[in-house]
Amino acid sequence: MVYRSHVLICNGTGCTASKAPEIMTRLEKELAAKGIEKEVKIVKTGCFGLCEKGPILVIYPEGATYCHVRPDDVEEIVNEHLVKGRIVKRLLLGDKDAEDVAKSLENVGFFNRQVRVALRNCGVINPESIEEYIARDGYAALAKALTEMTPSQVIDEIKKSGLRGRGGGGFPTGLKWQFAAQEVNDIKYVCCNADEGDPGAFMDRSILEGDPHSVIEAMAIAGYAIGSNQGYIYVRAEYPIAVQRLNIAISQAKEYGLLGNNIFGTDFSFDLEIRLGAGAFVCGEETALMTSIEGKRGEPRTRPPFPAVKGLWEKPTILNNVETYANIPVILLKGADWFRSIGTEKSKGTKVFAVGGKINNTGLVEIPMGMTLREVIYDIGGGIPKGKKFKAAQTGGPSGGCIPASHIDVPIDYDNLIELGSMMGSGGLIVMDEDTCMVDIAKFFLEFTVDESCGKCPPCRIGTKRMHEILDRITSGKGEEGDIEKLEILAESIKQGALCGLGQTAPNPVLSTLRYFRDEYEAHVKEKRCPAGVCKAMLKYTIIPDKCKGCSLCSRKCPVNAISGEVKKPYVIDQSKCIKCGVCMDTCKFAAIEKK
Amino acid sequence: MSCGCCVDNKAQELNKIIAKYKDTRGALIPVLHEAQDLYGYLPMSVQKKIAEGLNVSLADVYGVVTFYTQFSINPKGKYKINVCLGTACYVKGAGEIFEKLSEILKIKNGECTEDGLFSLDACRCVGACGLAPVIMINDDVYGRLTADDIPGIIQKYIDMESEAN
Repeated sequence: MVYRSHVLICNGTGCTASKAPEIMTRLEKELAAKGIEKEVKIVKTGCFGLCEKGPILVIYPEGATYCHVRPDDVEEIVNEHLVKGRIVKRLLLGDKDAEDVAKSLENVGFFNRQVRVALRNCGVINPESIEEYIARDGYAALAKALTEMTPSQVIDEIKKSGLRGRGGGGFPTGLKWQFAAQEVNDIKYVCCNADEGDPGAFMDRSILEGDPHSVIEAMAIAGYAIGSNQGYIYVRAEYPIAVQRLNIAISQAKEYGLLGNNIFGTDFSFDLEIRLGAGAFVCGEETALMTSIEGKRGEPRTRPPFPAVKGLWEKPTILNNVETYANIPVILLKGADWFRSIGTEKSKGTKVFAVGGKINNTGLVEIPMGMTLREVIYDIGGGIPKGKKFKAAQTGGPSGGCIPASHIDVPIDYDNLIELGSMMGSGGLIVMDEDTCMVDIAKFFLEFTVDESCGKCPPCRIGTKRMHEILDRITSGKGEEGDIEKLEILAESIKQGALCGLGQTAPNPVLSTLRYFRDEYEAHVKEKRCPAGVCKAMLKYTIIPDKCKGCSLCSRKCPVNAISGEVKKPYVIDQSKCIKCGVCMDTCKFAAIEKK
Repeated sequence: MSCGCCVDNKAQELNKIIAKYKDTRGALIPVLHEAQDLYGYLPMSVQKKIAEGLNVSLADVYGVVTFYTQFSINPKGKYKINVCLGTACYVKGAGEIFEKLSEILKIKNGECTEDGLFSLDACRCVGACGLAPVIMINDDVYGRLTADDIPGIIQKYIDMESEAN
């Protein structure tokens, strides 16, 4: 069947929440009403990346990208674009008056600065169709590996590419595979870590939702390389759409003989199973993840022995994350040298970042390693909303740290980030502006680790709790002399004493904010003042007598009757009664109330 | 749930779930997931049946149930409200959204309203950071919220409920 037009609609979680399914139904209805439903094909795709502008709809062959599409816009798109061939300019993303609509995105920094390797198929193909994946060279890398390469050649190629784990630590992938391949054992396992627990990161979810076959293909390649016939994908239960698409993809691959016995007529067999997580951040740690697949409490254990020697059910096991796997098929097809040509000396290839927080273009971007934070935030991210000042970017989630404005021009790669006291992590990048209190952010992350500590080892279980108590004290205006030093001592002992990666990195958010924003901590402790105006306990609302007209509105709205005065004369706030709810400030029509 | 028959139906369903996974390695967590879908939560009686059916100790079952935040030993509301407190949502004011919900529904984190209609939980990043701040009510995601949007959303569900009655 040949169609004259293709309409691609993003069906990622973001656009689904912004009514993409309703748009699809309307589109089907409108096409049928015009009798052109056989000429236009609707394709449900994965994430385009620019969630902020969603739902996004692209129409080919013109390549017109429409953004913020509402269900009520569908009729116009069908009538104008699909029937009459006129572009609906008001909905175009980017340059609305471009002569060639396909070029309207050329000047949109969000797209033209990206290099899409791991996300190559996201937003391009229908993730529920194996044919579309195959049409984009899907499973060709598996065929090449099985029929033209020996397992050790596969490992050598991955080693040569310089690919490092995209889930956190950045361990060389090829080396990990080699260790597992060296073990002599009838049974070995290939695991995929899709337990993306790092708050603010959603690249793994987007790959699973937009291109699930790439992960399946890569896992089969890994199985061939290390000599394993069984794989497990451990997915968060919070990602229902990803789980559903993976299930569809696995059954399609089995139907096509790309999973199962004697793949491509060789004597290599490989099978895959999905296991759901159940909401425990620590299960992103490799040993905890394997314990959880075994059906137990997901507690980590000491290493060595490393999983490559003794992993799942005590058998040699490799574990890579989703984004790492998504890179594998391309490396085998295009070659290690091509991959090495992207990136910096020690960090090859690209990295996907989930850019969020106080930034205009929130979404998913894939950039070559070595791009600077400034380029990511201003050229791709479109800068900070409301013209506010950039203060810091947080990477690496609860295990990472902050990069302050003074280091905005450092090229992003594994080693530079570690040097700055942060880490790559899985690629969450949260932008913070001048209104963010760094002590409050450190407390937020500690609250997270206290909650998610599995409780097995005391340094993490007790230490993070004590750190959180101190931070809580500091942010509620009860900080004591010596608190900052206590935080530092605790942080060092937890780093050294904790059992797993989660505990060892838990103090990082505190250490890195202390490193760059010590003055903010000191202002909280010594002056009982929150410079960013976030920590409620230290805020003080006062009425500026010169501006107050004595209208009495605020005193009537105050929930605790803390404001009193005489009509037409300046009112006063009784600080002992004030609960700092801010209602007075919101209601005042003369901007006579200030918050300090 | 007042008549005996639907209780029996559920017990039968549970037996089927256990039978389906009996020979799978690491079956406990998948069984608990399906059992919770069936009952809405995991009361002690259900945990006991699972322990017997899979031939593991009740202590192991209880240990796993209490370890993972997605498993609940308390009943949840008909409409389960999850407020994302991931970093992106937090930076964009998810804390205020949570407080507003708590104020309107008069319940705290992890609690359920007296009429059994709503339960309120803070949850981990749902990965819809592009729409921050975000809440989920059952499987529906509401994004780009402000505290002022909350009363309207809750009212929608209350209206839906009174129409159904």
